[in-house]
Amino acid sequence: MSDAPAEIETLIEMMAKLPGLGPRSARRAVLHLISKRGFLMQPLAEAMQAVAQTARECLNCGNISTAEICPICAAEKRATGELCVVEDVADLWAMERAGVFKGRYHVLGGTLSALDAVGPDELRIPKLVDRVAAEGITEVILALNATIDGQTTAHYIADQLEGRVNVTSLAQGVPIGGELDYLDDGTITAALKARKSL
Amino acid sequence: MDWRDQGILLSSRRHGETSAIIEAFTPDHGRHMGVVRGGAGRRIAPILQPGAQLDLHWRARLEDHLGSFTVEPVKSRAAAVMGDRLALSALNAVTALLSFSLPEREPHPPLYHRSVALLDMLGTSELWQLAYLHWELALLDEMGFGLDLSACAVTGATEGLAYVSPRSGRAVTAEGAGDWKDRLLPLPGCLRVLRPAPAAEIAEALRVTGYFLETNLAPSLGDRPLPAARQRFADLQARQG
Repeated sequence: MSDAPAEIETLIEMMAKLPGLGPRSARRAVLHLISKRGFLMQPLAEAMQAVAQTARECLNCGNISTAEICPICAAEKRATGELCVVEDVADLWAMERAGVFKGRYHVLGGTLSALDAVGPDELRIPKLVDRVAAEGITEVILALNATIDGQTTAHYIADQLEGRVNVTSLAQGVPIGGELDYLDDGTITAALKARKSL
Repeated sequence: MDWRDQGILLSSRRHGETSAIIEAFTPDHGRHMGVVRGGAGRRIAPILQPGAQLDLHWRARLEDHLGSFTVEPVKSRAAAVMGDRLALSALNAVTALLSFSLPEREPHPPLYHRSVALLDMLGTSELWQLAYLHWELALLDEMGFGLDLSACAVTGATEGLAYVSPRSGRAVTAEGAGDWKDRLLPLPGCLRVLRPAPAAEIAEALRVTGYFLETNLAPSLGDRPLPAARQRFADLQARQG
């Protein structure tokens, strides 16, 4: 039972479905929005409306875009011949934040998972194979998570692209700022295997 | 209710924003599920990789409840196999087959110890593919569909065994097979004796165990298809040959 009017209660219920928010925090957020109606709630509503109408998957790479082809795929200067394969859009954004990679991306939309019955057909792997041929790709960089599912997917893709293109994957090991004492044995094993000459 | 045991992590799936529901294979409590609070977080999620050896503490108000686990890592096996596609696919096959086959909360200590030994061998021992093959035989045996490869079902001979009957799972000699040999499965030597064998022979033996997993075990579990991970491993092994 709530004291709020039905419209506000509906808004609270919708907000409570967002990640990181529960009913109480959604209520606080809605109260905050209402108290800043003019310069926060209205622009937020307009921004959400605009994104709801225009957001879509890039037909080429699977990135989220407001056009059929995302800005990264549309940019001619990013046709470097390098294609970075990521699991989802959050990973693509993480790579872009680093600002080091100058090529294009391919978003798989998940990883192979026996548990969740995700097979190769559920991912954008056939499209990846097509792109390698169509876009003159010289190197495919597999930037997938260092998990069992992520690496199973990486090996599967490497199999599919064998003999067509140079396939590489991200290195695994000690993170920047990491202290050996705090690392798990798996990371130390991977780091030791990938050691390099100085 | 509570207990403490070690176990092999078979699977982990996100539950809500911060937790995970895991499935572990323990010696005394069999395949057991439970919630790990914070299991989707940065600290615990990396520990919850299939194949990992965990120290598990399970608590629930009633025995029937799903309950919750507190987990401590004992051994991570992911790093040892991630760079080796065949070993990685075998790890996926082992965890998927255990998850597929084992009834919940029914202990199978011999299979557990065999599974631990196999997972520890993956990617580190030269004989791990044979160990995997014999682990599948042990799995069939533990589930009640064991093959009898000790003597010929027709003549009783223990030498010259060349075939397996697809119906009874018993070995047959060439002499005993007679005109029926086209209807029998081949019996690769490495299926009877744990000895080094070429990749092609192991692949052939996997086709035999795969046949019995598919035609005997799977139908007994509600006719679900065998996990795709097992087929992927068999395909990769066949390509090695």
